[in-house]
Amino acid sequence: MEALGDPTRLAIFELLAVRPQPVRALADALPVSRPAVSQHLKVLKESGLVADRAQGARRIYRLDPTGVAAMREYLDRMWESALAAFATAVEDQDGEQRRDRKR
Amino acid sequence: MTQHVDTAVRRHVTVAASQEHAFEVFTNRFGAWWPKEYSISEAGMANFVVEPEAGGRWYEVAKDGREYETGRVLAIDPPERLTLAWHLNGSFQYDPDPAHASEVEVRFIAETPTRTRVELEHRGIERHGGDADAVRGIVDSPQGWSYCLEAFATHAAA
Repeated sequence: MEALGDPTRLAIFELLAVRPQPVRALADALPVSRPAVSQHLKVLKESGLVADRAQGARRIYRLDPTGVAAMREYLDRMWESALAAFATAVEDQDGEQRRDRKR
Repeated sequence: MTQHVDTAVRRHVTVAASQEHAFEVFTNRFGAWWPKEYSISEAGMANFVVEPEAGGRWYEVAKDGREYETGRVLAIDPPERLTLAWHLNGSFQYDPDPAHASEVEVRFIAETPTRTRVELEHRGIERHGGDADAVRGIVDSPQGWSYCLEAFATHAAA
C-alpha cells in the first residue's frame, strides 16, 4: 500500500484507527506541522483509506469504513473505546453513590 | 463461496458495579458515557438515547436539537441483556432495511454483587457491505478476523 509507505502517514493512519480526530489533535500527537498533517491526510483520502466530515467549524478524520473489512475494524475500535468510557462512567457513579451514602 | 465467515466484533469489560447498575447506566444513561468523537451529527453530540423497550429508537441528539437514528432496540431483558440493531451503513447513513442492519448484543453477567462482566458482540457486519473482495481479503489474511488492518489496506489498495 503505497500511501502507507510513508512513516508519518502510517502514524496518522494508526492514530485514526484508535479514534476519529481533527487535524489539530493529529498534529499535536506527531512531530510535524499542521499543514504537513493536512497534506498527508489528502494523500490518505485520495487512496480511500481515510474519510472526513464537517463537525461545526472543523473536520473530523477517520478511517474510511466502506467495505466490510474496514467497517469491522472501525466498529471494533469504536466498541473498545466505548466500553472503556462506559467502565469509567459506571464506576464514577458508584463512587458518588458511596460518598452519598456516607453523608 | 459458501464458507462461513465470522465477522463479529467481540469486546468485554469488567466493571466495579452491580449487574443492575451496569445495565441501568449502559441503557438509560447511554448519552452520559458514549464517546463524543463517535458522533454522527454535523453539530456534534449533545445526548444519545436508547428507548428502553423492544422496538424503541436508538438515536443521537445533536447540539442543534436534530435527532440522528442509529438503530432500534430489538430486545431488552433487564438486568441481563440488551440487543440493538445497528442501521448505519459504511457512510454512516441510516438504512431502515432490517436486512442491511447488524446486531449488537450486550450481556451483563454478575460475577459478584459488586462486579459485573459486560460482554458485547456486534455481529452480522457483512450485511452492511456486499463487497466480496473485502470479505475474501480477510479470509485469506493469516490473522483471520482477529486483526484486519492489513486486509483493510489490501482492500483499499484494490
